[in-house]
Amino acid sequence: MPFIPHTPEDTGAMLKAVGVRHLDELFAAIPDDMRPKSFALPEGLSEYDAAARMHELAHRNAGHVLSFMGAGAYDHIVPAAVDALTARGEFYTAYTPYQPEASQGTLQGIFEYQTAVCRLLDMDAANASVYDGGSAVFEAAMMCVRAAKKRRLVVDECLNPLYRAMLHTLAANVDVVIVTVPHAGGASDMDTLAAAIGGDCAAVIVQNPGFFGVVQDFAPLADKARAAGAKSVMLVNPVLQSVLKTPGESGFDVAVADGQSVGMALSFGGPYLGMMACAKDMVRQMPGRIAGRTKDLDGKTGYVLTLQAREQHIRRAKATSNICSNQALCAMRSVIHLSLLGPEGLIRTAELSMQRARESAEALTKLPGVSMLNDAPYGNEFAVTLPKPARQAVAALLKEKIAPGLPVCRWYKGLENVLLVACTEKTRPAHIRRMAQALSSAL
Amino acid sequence: MKTVFAKSVPGRTGVLPPKADKTARDMLPQNLLRARRPALPELSELDVVRHYSRLSRLNYGVDANFYPLGSCTMKYNPKFIEAAVNYRGFTDTHPLLAQVDGGEALTQGNLEAIWLTEQLLQEVTGMRAFTMQPMAGAQGELTGILLIAAYHRAKGNKKSKIICPDAAHGTNPATAALAGYEVVNIVSKDGMVDPEALAAVLDDSVAGLMMTCPNTLGLFEQHLPEIVRLLRSVDALLYYDGANFNACMGRLRVGDVGFDVVHLNLHKTMGTPHGGGGPGSGPVGVSERLIPFLPGPRVVKKADGRFGLNHDLPQSIGRVAPFYGNFGVYLKALAYILRCGAEGLSRATDYAVLNANYLLARLRGHLDIPYDRICMHEFVASASKLGEYDVHALDLAKALLDKGYHAPTIYFPLIVKECLMFEPTETESKEMLDAFCDDLIAICERARTDPAGVKAAPVTLPVRRLDETAAARNMILTEVE
Repeated sequence: MPFIPHTPEDTGAMLKAVGVRHLDELFAAIPDDMRPKSFALPEGLSEYDAAARMHELAHRNAGHVLSFMGAGAYDHIVPAAVDALTARGEFYTAYTPYQPEASQGTLQGIFEYQTAVCRLLDMDAANASVYDGGSAVFEAAMMCVRAAKKRRLVVDECLNPLYRAMLHTLAANVDVVIVTVPHAGGASDMDTLAAAIGGDCAAVIVQNPGFFGVVQDFAPLADKARAAGAKSVMLVNPVLQSVLKTPGESGFDVAVADGQSVGMALSFGGPYLGMMACAKDMVRQMPGRIAGRTKDLDGKTGYVLTLQAREQHIRRAKATSNICSNQALCAMRSVIHLSLLGPEGLIRTAELSMQRARESAEALTKLPGVSMLNDAPYGNEFAVTLPKPARQAVAALLKEKIAPGLPVCRWYKGLENVLLVACTEKTRPAHIRRMAQALSSAL
Repeated sequence: MKTVFAKSVPGRTGVLPPKADKTARDMLPQNLLRARRPALPELSELDVVRHYSRLSRLNYGVDANFYPLGSCTMKYNPKFIEAAVNYRGFTDTHPLLAQVDGGEALTQGNLEAIWLTEQLLQEVTGMRAFTMQPMAGAQGELTGILLIAAYHRAKGNKKSKIICPDAAHGTNPATAALAGYEVVNIVSKDGMVDPEALAAVLDDSVAGLMMTCPNTLGLFEQHLPEIVRLLRSVDALLYYDGANFNACMGRLRVGDVGFDVVHLNLHKTMGTPHGGGGPGSGPVGVSERLIPFLPGPRVVKKADGRFGLNHDLPQSIGRVAPFYGNFGVYLKALAYILRCGAEGLSRATDYAVLNANYLLARLRGHLDIPYDRICMHEFVASASKLGEYDVHALDLAKALLDKGYHAPTIYFPLIVKECLMFEPTETESKEMLDAFCDDLIAICERARTDPAGVKAAPVTLPVRRLDETAAARNMILTEVE
């Protein structure tokens, strides 16, 4: 039987020691009328056949799609050493580090991850991760509601619409009011955002670059929030953060990100990584696990989970969040990834991704009837307006296994012709030519 | 060990992508750029590989150490499931590709994998539908409670309370509070949810009860039928916390006995690795009446046998994940279920329960067993007998670390003093359990003759006991530049 080492002799001796004759007797506490009505699972497969079944499923995907899709999940290079190191059983078969003396590898890893996140975002403290960018936005919003002791959340429509949907779902039963400030031509409307920050505002939540790829200076907005007694939250792209003005430099209280782009495969949406960092005065409002440095009995440096009085296993109904398991191994992946690339590698990744985006924009806007949605500065992603519905154009190109980008109309009514196009350092000039050519014949 | 930042050497590089022709300064105005480069480590690839290889060796993990951490189900994670999910067809697909016109056809394998996992989990639990979106057990709990809230809202029920037994995991009350409910705690009687205590707090304002079965004492809840009847009488729903469902496969289907919502922790039940704290996967199963409220989009099998996504879910609570949850994690659970089949899963449960009872039988007489009866997959013991030597559960835990074992869960559940909670899992051999018991019994004996020696543990690990108070006071949470 797979994964069970007992010989019949073992089982016999163990049953005898327990004082029963048969395994069934161990389940006598379950009344007969509660026994399963069915358990009709397929018969077990050999290791080879089970793997072959999985392989068959994987191959039923098209594979080798030339993709310019981003919208929060980006296809960056992941160095081989990231997989090799995180595949070590010492990391991936450990539990949450409840016994710190036997978990220094995980704990120091978390501490290093926290350091990397804080240095990248210019913030004071980070946690050990939450599930993804969307749950990070939700948890950040709840932090601000607690810290500001106010209930109105001002949310920029340029914040990823999937994360906004999550915020609405997860906060549905919480006593908060979510006000969404419409975008202005694909960019954040700074004046309207500033005007929406009133006395009862707990936080303003923005994204830079915004969902349409636009890069803006949000420092004045953070100032405005602080003056009004509100908190400020910025969602960022960790790769571009190597070159862009940081949430810390912009004066934000909380910075969040989806860390997928630093060390995780696209993997059909998960596992990804929710990065969370904050200013010093918000640390005790932070959800989830946090590693801290301390000394052992002999004065030797070591690491522990700290500030646990915030957490569910201690505080129960009064905890800052219910989060327990997070995305620890993904956090480990990201700190290894960032260490392998270093500042130079991460900046190169950002700059080449941005350069490819400019080359793509140039190629696309040469096509008749195609124009940029706006003329704002952008990062590795930009929006173009096509002369026909973007859904139709994309459907036509998918027949050739080219995904030229994402039609945004599912989330932005009135932008039926708008296509959101992303590039990474993996995008090659030949890819851009092929995509532009295919789009040209589909328009 | 020095941190990766302390080892950094300015100018050294590791893995570099090609350099662009343009710099950020050429492409963006100065006021949008950061003032200086981020102070990330500057190291060679070997520096990084050696650092994290050495760091990993400071950890205990199931691959090298027996890990009887109660309630956490640290069973062996088969190696083939790692390989089986790393096929490029799975790893290379953008999640939104399936959501654009013409994209479903390019993602049939992934959609089928999700659909198949849901089908298999339905059969395992007896629930009528599943969502794979929740990314861990606690998020599954929140999803489940939001579904309960949506059900009551749709019916026009005014409900404000969720009941949690005192033996519940901390996530249960934390979740109910996060979902806006008042949490009502009820006191257990003889290790079980007490129907009288439940009846005393039950009224029309109760939205539901969160129940763990077997409970965190490792005991099957004897009054389950009565509890179901009581909740039905006020139109309250029954939530099943699946943290302990590994004790039930093939022996109990929660859907058959009246539960409305269940979350599973696939990293506990289905052999996916825990990764030092995640990623997990916390899919949620529901009864018929909650199906309309499930998060979307939902994977559907069409009449022509192809798979697609349904976004048209007017009563849905929305989404709890941006996409389809931790796809790469539950693929491993799918591989595990395919490998085990009905018989393999039932055996996993049966032998998990046998191993726990064997461990209990061997430790009886050496530690107090506050609820001494046949247990399910885990049991609790108490170190209170050693109190007269000033030796506590924490000391036993640390002494076990010195012997090369991970410690059991300690001081949980809260209702047992000096609690040690053991869960050996089905993948451990009799020899391993015997060796563990011999060592633990020797530690208990040493506690009487040489308590100071036990209290000094651990002495063989990379660090000795750490000052947690100083950590919280000093708050050193990052390496300063």
